[in-house]
Amino acid sequence: MTVIVDYDAGNLRSVQRACAEVGVRAAITNDPECVRGAERVIFPGVGAAGAAMRSLRARELDGALTEAVRGGTPVLGICLGLQISLDRSQENDQETLGLMPGEVRRFALSDPALKVPHMGWNEVRVVREHPLLDGIAPGDEFYFVHAYYPVPRDADVVCAVADYEGDFCCALGAGNYFATQFHPEKSGRVGLRLLERFARWDGRA
Amino acid sequence: MAVLSKRLIACLDVRDGKLAKSVRFVDTKDIGDPVEKAREYYLDGLDELVFYDITASSDRRSIILDVVEAVAEQVFIPLSVGGGVRSVRDATDLRLAGAEKINVNSAAVRRPALIAECAEAIGNQNVVLSMDIRRVGESGEFPSGYEIVIDGGRRPMGIDALRWTLEGERLGAGELVVNSIDADGTRDGYELRLTRMIGAAVRIPVIASGGAGVPEHLYEVLTEGRADAALVASMVHYGDYTVSGLKRDLHDRGVKMRMSW
Repeated sequence: MTVIVDYDAGNLRSVQRACAEVGVRAAITNDPECVRGAERVIFPGVGAAGAAMRSLRARELDGALTEAVRGGTPVLGICLGLQISLDRSQENDQETLGLMPGEVRRFALSDPALKVPHMGWNEVRVVREHPLLDGIAPGDEFYFVHAYYPVPRDADVVCAVADYEGDFCCALGAGNYFATQFHPEKSGRVGLRLLERFARWDGRA
Repeated sequence: MAVLSKRLIACLDVRDGKLAKSVRFVDTKDIGDPVEKAREYYLDGLDELVFYDITASSDRRSIILDVVEAVAEQVFIPLSVGGGVRSVRDATDLRLAGAEKINVNSAAVRRPALIAECAEAIGNQNVVLSMDIRRVGESGEFPSGYEIVIDGGRRPMGIDALRWTLEGERLGAGELVVNSIDADGTRDGYELRLTRMIGAAVRIPVIASGGAGVPEHLYEVLTEGRADAALVASMVHYGDYTVSGLKRDLHDRGVKMRMSW
């Protein structure tokens, strides 16, 4: 069973509907046992890091997610799900899950024409091959909505970048963990294909 | 230099669960199934979809929620919904049904705090201030020469359009829809002077609406009109143009568009 982790961080049904579109049945759950026992875990989320961490801890989902990642379950983080997988976020100056070394910073842009949040369609450039990014071609765009961006400590985990006054990491992968800053569930068919590949992924990069 | 792609947005006016189209905000007629149209445009590369609920009946809320839900099951790009949003509850109900962004219009003019309340509840980036605006000529009362009108174009409010725009941005709107009543449904082109004035005054994205008739109009509004997104309705609803054809045309003229989907 694929589960979508529910911790009061945004509309999870859009992820569930996108999974259904590519033939994947995914259950929305806030039960740590279901996360521990899942075949695959999708960890989405929109909102603020502080509230998200409080909600995860209150439901004891932080430990379950950590166990799933350490235990080899294929895990897909999306947006805030990616951000709180790192060690620390500038947003609310929050210590986060620490599944991957790195931190999350706020966009500090000098060009007044560039707005924060970074919201809209932007090109995703693959910089390291990964099974979940197969088939993404130059010029393919994904949908982004975020004011903070991930800075993984280990540059080797960066799988794709997007340019917003310089390149930032928008997809990272290490072992059975993979995460995107963009929203595959809102990115048309290129996004759906990523979800489809995740549903078949064995967790090996 | 990083610039986001310009967006092509299709607007579906939904009345009693059916797609309708107005000319200068009156004479609406039914022109099809919104879910079918939405899916068609999505598959043809549309960047974003907007629904305006123009249902007048008392059971309007449940009708639009059903439509949004049905569309959200089939369309995997951002959905924006408006029409009769009066409270945070309305906004969160629509979000649960599958809308990404919520448009506020008349109710926000009557009670501006609605913008801040929605921004707090669902995030600034998801609150779209939609404004229906008519040309009135510059005067002491209307320094910008434009006035805000509410209730589907029926009630002029005596409020200067630029003043309301700035107030909306200050209260936390994440995006603006600039609907020109004078241009709506005419196919004579967007009200460029208006979109340019607003685009120059704010730091949030501006969606131009009303008046698109030929591809040149989209090009104009996305360049000299300073809009971040162009909204179309008649042009695509009646089959005169396709979504992909319009995007191709803009791309060929040098406008940055998302060209693969």
